Amino acid sequence: MLNSSQNISLYRRLTNGVAIGLISLGALIVTVPLFLILGTVVYRGMGGLNWAFFTQIPKPIGEIGGGMANAIIGSVMLLGLASLVGVPLGVGAGIFLAEYGRNKWGNIVRFTCDVLNGVPSIVIGLTAYALVVVVQKHFSLLAGAVALGIMMIPTISRTTEEVLLLVPQSIREAALGLGIPRWRTILSVVLRTASSGIVTSIMLAFARIAGETAPLIFTTLGNSYWNINLNQPTAALPLQIYTYALMPYDQAHQQAWTGALVLISMIMLTVILFRFIASRGAIKGNN
Amino acid sequence: MPTAPEHRSSRSTESLEEPDNPTLTSADKLKMVPKSRVGSQEKVVADRVFRGLVILCALAVMTIVGLIAFELVSQSRISITKFGFKFLAKQIWDPVAEDFGALPFIYGTIVSSLVALCIAVPLAVGTALFLTELCPKQLRGILSLLVELLSAIPSVIYGLWGIFVLSPFLRIYVQPFLAKYFGWTGLFSGPKYGWGMLAAGVILAIMILPIIAAITREVITAVPRVQREAALALGATKWEMLRIAVLRNARPGIFGAVILGLGRALGETMAVTMVIGNRPEIARSLFAPGHTLASVIANEFTEAVGSVYLSALVEMALILFVLTLIVNALAGLLVWSITRGMPARAIA
Repeated sequence: MLNSSQNISLYRRLTNGVAIGLISLGALIVTVPLFLILGTVVYRGMGGLNWAFFTQIPKPIGEIGGGMANAIIGSVMLLGLASLVGVPLGVGAGIFLAEYGRNKWGNIVRFTCDVLNGVPSIVIGLTAYALVVVVQKHFSLLAGAVALGIMMIPTISRTTEEVLLLVPQSIREAALGLGIPRWRTILSVVLRTASSGIVTSIMLAFARIAGETAPLIFTTLGNSYWNINLNQPTAALPLQIYTYALMPYDQAHQQAWTGALVLISMIMLTVILFRFIASRGAIKGNN
Repeated sequence: MPTAPEHRSSRSTESLEEPDNPTLTSADKLKMVPKSRVGSQEKVVADRVFRGLVILCALAVMTIVGLIAFELVSQSRISITKFGFKFLAKQIWDPVAEDFGALPFIYGTIVSSLVALCIAVPLAVGTALFLTELCPKQLRGILSLLVELLSAIPSVIYGLWGIFVLSPFLRIYVQPFLAKYFGWTGLFSGPKYGWGMLAAGVILAIMILPIIAAITREVITAVPRVQREAALALGATKWEMLRIAVLRNARPGIFGAVILGLGRALGETMAVTMVIGNRPEIARSLFAPGHTLASVIANEFTEAVGSVYLSALVEMALILFVLTLIVNALAGLLVWSITRGMPARAIA
């Protein structure tokens, strides 16, 4: 084809060149917002980055200084608690799909997972509000963790299913052939073989919920002070950024940008870590 | 299978005659494994317990989805019985008189998502084509990482950037240009705030780009190699090959990816709330502020007083839930029609 390029009409060659050029340009344009956003967050956020930011709670409006220590701790507790809800359920459902779900029931659960994956986060937040806040009659960290935990489930279960299916059938048969019961086979042989893939799926879900704000507005609510009681409203990093961004003060905007820098660094580290683990192969010794 | 030794011998003769019996599925093979008598009762019990636990997890997922639907319906009952189907067609939003209608919000949700699709789809499909067909190998890894990182940025940070960087940029550079040359369409007229429907559309476009690009890439990769080679063998140029062989075959799947992106855009909350202006009006101009189903919930839910107000907001969530359910089911069907037979993939 290359040798005969002089036989191709000028029109076709031009169209080809223009189309290829446009496609490449499109791919280039896509990366622009990423650099713009990351650049702005780093540029504007750096200014407020100091020791106080990580150790103090927010000062009253108008006073210089203060930090987001309570929000950072709140976020860590929130994500930890959400993982306690989301990881066991997600992995369990993933095991069901891969090991017991090659049938009609599996398809129904698979479809349900996809539905849950598509439910907007604010709707999940509203459900957590109805289930926890309305029942308890007050806002709490717990309610936010329930919402975020639910959001983790579909990502974890579908990815877990995928990596479990990559484990060769012969390994299962070998274990069963040695007289190991099925539950031991799944837990100590299949899950262990696929462990790095499952860790990947957990991190993927973690990165997805770490910056979620919408479901927290009417569950965790936010708090200007320290709180480590799971049953009380608590500050969270994304919520704090949202609150500060909408305030008409430069000092608040500065805090919002610095919060954004801290939040984005936490998430990017998780994602890069996940890429690192994924590049070592979803299955140990298979790639 | 009377006793283990007999069974074992029968299996060995079988495997001598037919080493690779294709009719034996793995389930059949498992049945042929001799059952040891020692502790078999405990094993059966433990297996059942494990199976029960795993099924419980699966049931929990179904229960959660059921609970979401149930809670949305039960919490919005007051609004549903008070306003009926007129709720969907009314333009009034009056918390004082407790009279509510969802039309401006449905309009805002759909229009902002459509603007986002108009911007995102050509770019996303271009990126996917570039990554799969044109990109040099060394560049592929880094470029796909960059696109992936775009989806890792939290919504609230998109919003922050939208308020302080994108909106001023649109107000100073883009909106005067659009008003001057495309003002006659009526879509680009009126006061230029920067924020508004257009800003929301642009932010949404950036946010849904990675997911559309990722699924389009998957769909394009699923197009058989033979198709490409056939087109090239007929003397097609590279672009003609992409158009005839790749895009035409992948079209339903790309359509599915676009609809999946639409599903994401419809439910996106924080970034939209921060830039759309939050005014429940239907305006022809994209410069005007608007409101979406998700943003009104985020904005007003904690301040809402009175059961009718709260219930109207929950009904908004119900509308959003049904809308995304339909859109996602459609998208899933389309993507499945192209990539079927390939391993299941979680769409994250």
